[in-house]
Amino acid sequence: MSLDFEDQIVELENRIEELIKLNAAPDVQFDTEIAELKKKVQQLIKETYGNLSPWQVVHVARHQDRPHFEDYIEGMSSEFIELHGDRCYGDDRAMICGFATIDGQKVMLIGMSKGRTTNEKIANNFGMANPEGYRKALRLMRLAERYNIPIVCLIDTPAAYPGKEAEERGQAEAIARNLTEMASIETPIIVVITGEGGSGGALGIAVGDIVMMLSFAIYSVIPPEGCAAILWRDSEKAPDAAKALKITAKELLELGVIDEIINEPPGGAHRNKETTILAVKEAILRHLKTLEHVGRKKLVNKRFEKFVKLGKFDDRKYSSH
Amino acid sequence: MAWFSKTKQRKSSIDKDELWAVCDSCKAHVYREEWEKNLKVCPKCGYHERITCQQRLQLTIDEGTFEELDSDIEISDPLKFSDAKSSYADKAADTKAKTGLNEAVLTGFGTLNGISVVIAIMDFRFFGGSLGSGTGDKILLASDYALRHKQPYIVFSASGGARMQEGIISLMQMAKTCAGISRLNKAGVPYISVLTNPTFGGVSASYAMVGDINIAEPGALIGFAGRRVIEQTIKQKLPENFQTSEYLLEHGFIDAIVERKKIKSFLHSVLQYSMRK
Repeated sequence: MSLDFEDQIVELENRIEELIKLNAAPDVQFDTEIAELKKKVQQLIKETYGNLSPWQVVHVARHQDRPHFEDYIEGMSSEFIELHGDRCYGDDRAMICGFATIDGQKVMLIGMSKGRTTNEKIANNFGMANPEGYRKALRLMRLAERYNIPIVCLIDTPAAYPGKEAEERGQAEAIARNLTEMASIETPIIVVITGEGGSGGALGIAVGDIVMMLSFAIYSVIPPEGCAAILWRDSEKAPDAAKALKITAKELLELGVIDEIINEPPGGAHRNKETTILAVKEAILRHLKTLEHVGRKKLVNKRFEKFVKLGKFDDRKYSSH
Repeated sequence: MAWFSKTKQRKSSIDKDELWAVCDSCKAHVYREEWEKNLKVCPKCGYHERITCQQRLQLTIDEGTFEELDSDIEISDPLKFSDAKSSYADKAADTKAKTGLNEAVLTGFGTLNGISVVIAIMDFRFFGGSLGSGTGDKILLASDYALRHKQPYIVFSASGGARMQEGIISLMQMAKTCAGISRLNKAGVPYISVLTNPTFGGVSASYAMVGDINIAEPGALIGFAGRRVIEQTIKQKLPENFQTSEYLLEHGFIDAIVERKKIKSFLHSVLQYSMRK
């Protein structure tokens, strides 16, 4: 899949690949041309990705070649022991949880997975979790608290699944319960939005001490298409809605919703998987180190303060606890 | 979320003729006086019409005991949001003038049959009861008052969900209000959630669904995603009673369905069990 604003870049990249193939023959010599084209394409990528509109960022965030949760597991951890099931109903494949070791540090790693092949996508419900997914995540967060290991949540979901059975099994209750319980979990919680942060579906595992975002990820209360259909009465106005909603990492950092932007290399995570995964890993380990020394009560109080200050009307006080 | 704006506004069930009210559900004509006396519940079919936060307050809190909290908190416009037609700030000013409210929730404290309680009542007339930052702040501040005074907290919800015009800041109110409920849970302060028609999206997926006790009015629509969104997703027709209080009771998410006129005494009875010394 290529993005329309990348046409020129992709064309140059294809040409470079062709030349490299031709270059393998003994009687030709394209080294100079290849080097020049490479330079040109780097420059073009830098320019394009330096000036993406919010709507273009939406497309990058949804790019199917972006690293998925499975890639992060493999790229970041030396061990991953998956733990299944919510102990009530089933095992949600859109929400993957397990013990992981990252550079010797033991964590509970939780993430949403959209799936890459058609079969995977169907099995994972396109990354849209059902209530049992949120309940599995909460069960294992409580376990992490008991075992005194930190929690790391990687988020990439269009939304919590809007289905009949999801309603019957309490989608609203499951998310609400997670928000309430995560506010009191006495172990560090680090959140990284790696692709799409789709509304309540994302927030259901995103009440963290540190919330970070990749530079071309998005985090929104509603998809821009949906917002445009409602407020503009025209889903074609999605680019306007994307701008008005303020969903990019830079805007969310300014609003205080996230604590840090993890930079993707120019060209986005879909062009630079390994570098991106390493950057995410570095950021997680750095914050784990700092949070390790914060007392448990203080940690929970600071998490409370972090979320109550968002959209606070003025400086009236809440009781300290 | 924000499902409310997609549905057409229900026509007011009050007929222009001042003598008669027309039930939205069964279309019965009822003497206005009888309609009001029956608390805007249809005497023929039991349909519960939406009521304002002031009416709800009157039905719930002992006369002359209510003191409002944070009445000065109003809409802030964190994104400086505008759509095709108008700015959020202009719309907010209009809504404020029309309803006389500053935000989608009224909060305060008073007594309920003599028991001191803290109460928050949402009002659907104000941006479809959507969860703006002012709404979230008031709900959290009221829960904090309940925490400090160790008084039960009662929240009446009526909301289409998140307030789109406040974007991500609206979403964050879900985490914020739930953080307040979490503190009540920890301190053993009772929290009772009363879900009224409709309660959806960002409100059902936060404080409204996590009451120690969840009660609902008969026939109220309660859910996460809106009916239309679900039908479009699964390409199936949904059952007639989908997302009603009765449906939720059947699936285990509501403790009791209580008629409007019995809610006060129900709350009073339940609170007797939660106030152990």
